[in-house]
Amino acid sequence: MARTPAELAAARPGPPFEITVDGRPVTALPGQSLAAALWAAGILAWRTTRIGGRPRGAFCGIGQCYDCLATVNGRPNRRACLLPARAGDVVTTQEGHGRAEPDV
Amino acid sequence: MPNPTSDSAPHDGYDLAVIGAGCAGLAGAAAASELGLSVALLDMARQTGGQFYRRPAPELRVERPQALHHDWSVFTGLRRRVAASGVTRLTGHHVWSVTREDDGGGNVEWVVHAATGADGGDERPVRVRARAILLATGSYERHLPFPGWTLPGVVGAGGAQAMLKSGLVLPGRRVFVAGSGPLLLAVASSLAAAGARIPAVVEASGYLGYSRRPGVLAANPLKLGEAVTHGAALLRHRVRLSTRSAVTAAHGTDRVAAVTVSRLDRDWRPVPGSEHRIACDALAVGFGLAPQIELATALDCATRRAVDGTTALVLDGLQRTSVPGIWAAGETGGIGGAHVARVEGELAGIGVAAQLSGRGALVRTGRVRTLRRRRDRMRAFADVMAAAHAPGPGWTRWLTDDTDVCRCEEVTAADIREAVTDLGARDARSVKLLTRAGMGWCQGRMCGAAVTCLAASGGESVPPSAERRPFAVPITLAALSSPESPADADAPSTAPPDPAVTDD
Ligand code: FES
Repeated sequence: MARTPAELAAARPGPPFEITVDGRPVTALPGQSLAAALWAAGILAWRTTRIGGRPRGAFCGIGQCYDCLATVNGRPNRRACLLPARAGDVVTTQEGHGRAEPDV
Repeated sequence: MPNPTSDSAPHDGYDLAVIGAGCAGLAGAAAASELGLSVALLDMARQTGGQFYRRPAPELRVERPQALHHDWSVFTGLRRRVAASGVTRLTGHHVWSVTREDDGGGNVEWVVHAATGADGGDERPVRVRARAILLATGSYERHLPFPGWTLPGVVGAGGAQAMLKSGLVLPGRRVFVAGSGPLLLAVASSLAAAGARIPAVVEASGYLGYSRRPGVLAANPLKLGEAVTHGAALLRHRVRLSTRSAVTAAHGTDRVAAVTVSRLDRDWRPVPGSEHRIACDALAVGFGLAPQIELATALDCATRRAVDGTTALVLDGLQRTSVPGIWAAGETGGIGGAHVARVEGELAGIGVAAQLSGRGALVRTGRVRTLRRRRDRMRAFADVMAAAHAPGPGWTRWLTDDTDVCRCEEVTAADIREAVTDLGARDARSVKLLTRAGMGWCQGRMCGAAVTCLAASGGESVPPSAERRPFAVPITLAALSSPESPADADAPSTAPPDPAVTDD
């Protein structure tokens, strides 16, 4: 019986690489979305809400709910469940709407 | 909305633009192309397959993609047909609007507007012109809120499966699966096969609803086979199935650490004293699916209320919507699953070809009769299933005053009840104006069913939402204001062509 999803699907990915999440190194596999890389590292939250400051992460997994918004390489409001992870990506917890001015 | 036309733009007209590359879209595109139409197939994802056949990116180099799926051979067949046809595949295209253009001489052309990039964030808007449109946009998950459902680790049931299929990850090791509908069994068996421990599948309905229509069941052996497959997988992984029960609260501070499971009565009211708390590190939850039809409603296509309370498109025997030139197939016409989506896509592709080429004989063949018979049989089953799992009115009893109903705008159940009882709101629209529920990023996709239900004050189960969204996906003002170029499959900022289609 498979113990991990990668075993189940017999994945032979290329070499893992590093991204940083709030300054902390996290390993990602080529082809994974940022949200998948974060889940794999046991990180479930990378955003805090505007009103209550509550933690949020991926919910719908398919680009519909916008709960997974993150600031990626300085750009806020990126959907982590859709964006592929790239070596050297800098992900920072997005607070509120991610910037002082409204996003246009 | 800016004027999307540009006189200097090169000609980019197709006979048919298919929006969505899942089962319905692939079948429709293949069928139309095989009958001689020029076809563009647009999808937001990088690879074809939609949600049902979502698969890991090629870089993950998966040797057994079929281990994550059911009926994989159906998909490889569809991919082969599309690859062998002349269909132009436009991946990474987030369609936000379809508009109609009339040249004054009675010629109607449709213009599909899309944002590009993995998350639609590339500032290169694109338009595709076509004489006909096939909407194969599928569905999204229907959610009902409960205390704690915004905690990290509480994820959509379909979401957990999507993340597993595409990224080979799990939200936790000990994952409850809860909500209602047949998807729960599929999700639980996939998560278990991938190594998660599933303490229980918690289904709010019973399965008795199915037994009331034995004829429909007997006519759909494929569906029964699926149920048996999932059931056997769950037995093998020692997953318990609790029916007439729900997760009525999730607990934790920064992430879910436990859930409360309660017994429900027939109306989904929690039975007092039945609650017990169980530890877990994730919860995959969902209450069925809802058709994704905003492109169609923006075009004024007629809708109907499906038996599960969702709003679906009105379609005729050849998958035509009420707007001439616009076809739809699959979940947009009501939740029915992958098989019915494929059959309907096929029918729509043939129907479009018959109409555009004036070859009416194309739809009077034995093949079309067979497809229609299969569709009707599977739709009958889908209706039995939808009725069996439609939310009961009592679910609102598990809300506390401070339960967030709208995740984006953090609008609580108390805010919504106040709008209803004190301010007289009677529908989701008034609640939205008074509370901002449904005005956030997701435009009510996550809270819509709950808000409509709360606005109706529990009189009905889940009334249809008259929700209209001006843009099917959010689009930045920057993208809106930059000129759109015609779609070009070879443009550098377009996602690379689907490698898995060509590597067969
Ligand atoms: S998880 Fe829902 S949009 Fe990314």
